[in-house]
Amino acid sequence: MERDPERCIQCQVCVRQCANDVHEYDASDDLVSSESSRCVGCHRCATLCPTGAISIREAELDFRPNANWTASAIRSIYKQAEGGGMLLTGMGNDRPYASYWDRMVLNASQVTNPSIDPLREPMELVTYLGRKPDKVEFEGRNGKPSLTTELAPQIELQVPVMFSAMSYGSISLNASIALARAAQAAGTFANTGEGGLHRDIYPYAGNMIVQVASGRFGVDADYLNRAAAVEIKIGQGAKPGIGGHLPGEKVDAAVSQTRMIPEGTDALSPAPHHDIYSIEDLRQLIFAIKEATVYAKPVFVKIAAVHNVAAIASGCVRAGADVVAIDGFRGGTGAAPTMIRDHVGIPIELALAAVDDRLREEGIRNRASLVAAGGFRSSADVVKAIALGADAVYIGTAALVAMGCHLCQKCYTGKCNWGIATQDPILTKRLNPDVAARRLTNLLRGWSHEIKEMLGGMGINAVESLRGNREHLRAVGIAANELEVLGVKPAGVGA
Amino acid sequence: MKRIFAREDYCLGCRLCEINCLVKHSRSKKIVKAFRRERDTAAPVVQVEESGRVSFALQCRHCDDAPCIEACIAGAMCRDPKTNAVLCDEDRCVGCWSCIMVCPAGAVLRGKTRKVASKCDLCAGEDAPVCVEGCPNEALTYEER
Repeated sequence: MERDPERCIQCQVCVRQCANDVHEYDASDDLVSSESSRCVGCHRCATLCPTGAISIREAELDFRPNANWTASAIRSIYKQAEGGGMLLTGMGNDRPYASYWDRMVLNASQVTNPSIDPLREPMELVTYLGRKPDKVEFEGRNGKPSLTTELAPQIELQVPVMFSAMSYGSISLNASIALARAAQAAGTFANTGEGGLHRDIYPYAGNMIVQVASGRFGVDADYLNRAAAVEIKIGQGAKPGIGGHLPGEKVDAAVSQTRMIPEGTDALSPAPHHDIYSIEDLRQLIFAIKEATVYAKPVFVKIAAVHNVAAIASGCVRAGADVVAIDGFRGGTGAAPTMIRDHVGIPIELALAAVDDRLREEGIRNRASLVAAGGFRSSADVVKAIALGADAVYIGTAALVAMGCHLCQKCYTGKCNWGIATQDPILTKRLNPDVAARRLTNLLRGWSHEIKEMLGGMGINAVESLRGNREHLRAVGIAANELEVLGVKPAGVGA
Repeated sequence: MKRIFAREDYCLGCRLCEINCLVKHSRSKKIVKAFRRERDTAAPVVQVEESGRVSFALQCRHCDDAPCIEACIAGAMCRDPKTNAVLCDEDRCVGCWSCIMVCPAGAVLRGKTRKVASKCDLCAGEDAPVCVEGCPNEALTYEER
């Protein structure tokens, strides 16, 4: 934290905004001073400072430079030596693993195939998620064809981007409402996570996917039937194989009612579902949910991208999942052990390609839609994911950033200065859902325009024509064996 | 007429409205200069009221039947015929504080240097008052209701 004394006017906006008590006003000296060691780098003060007097910089390295023993490695050990606990963190994996999105480029039309201008010609982004039939059959009636194949339930997305599971409890009600409202405005879907469906979100339930996770919080027949679709959460990219823990202090009256647990108790989601130890068990739960919702809603199964993801996804499809969501290792979280977040799971790019290939090889790709998740930052990432085989993507972190998140990774402290990952009433009112919903809707609108432009450039007029069309991807700087997994050619190789 | 409304559910209590108001009603209109050199004269006419978790910005309500106009002994308080805003003609004001006594909202303030009543003028000449424009959480709105 650096304060420019020439610009600071002692107005104390920073003092009033910091939940970490970094800034302090001394009335006798009429001076605002700051204690940088408490700063988490959330930028709240810098963003609101009316004179731009505050800048946040990375603290200077105070250890002897060492490529192996980095300052964060040393500090982590000091912390654990003191407390003996696990290191906790929030948001997604921040380690410098290679991003395959950044090493893949898209195609465009030149001379021999015309590109399309989406501002002049129709461009279709509508995506249907759900089981597709093996074949469609028609019969002629009065000289007109009519479909005789019975279609499985689908959800219709106006843009192939949904908001991923973020529970009310981990995020504030204002943030949940903003996500739901934006999903409705943009014609897409938001996901409740394992937080139950708050009454204030009922008006948007038609654009909500409700989650059934290992703690089964907030689940009853009404919850399942209000929603557009139901998602069984097996795992999460940020913490595969790990359960969840919402601390009791965040479980206030409203969270307790929505999650259907006593006030002030810790909400513990077990690591596995204790009634699912096999694909057959998963099938039982999928069909229990389908029975409960009279086969009117698609059932998602969300899994974390792990080493054997292709076989697991195949099992999920065979178990009856209508949509399989795969969450890569960059997926975010409100709280996870740092070691798990940073070292468990595999990149979504490789997982997605492997799953799409496997389902195609087995001839069951049509039986389920694929949703990719975990660290999507831009519309280009979305287009690349669709070209790799996804039907749609989930965005979580990008949505939070649109609402104001500055990725300080302190979600687990409950002191989110942006009013997102907190239940403190003084902090939650900082997020006006009208403003946040508008920003989310704007983001999706911007991305839709960009997706259309990219499709048009490739000479494609419907997002469906891009799905799994890896000919439109080329790799720059990806090792040959990884290219094999991705099914993508190196740049410079023609069709 | 358009009025300023506070939405206390979303007020952060950051007081940026006060800061923007002070700058707008300062001589230089420059924030650093206004705070450094003009603090003796510049003062905001919006005030954030705070009690525990609740906070909201309060400025003149520009009442339809404004008691301050009735009470003004000098004819300084008057209604702008075009905008319907309640304004104080500081050249006429004699500083008797009758307006302050009758204002139901406590929104008329004493001038910082001159002995005249000081109050919100809806930032005459602007599309929207600066307190509304500058609110980072849209906790102030400027609208017909």
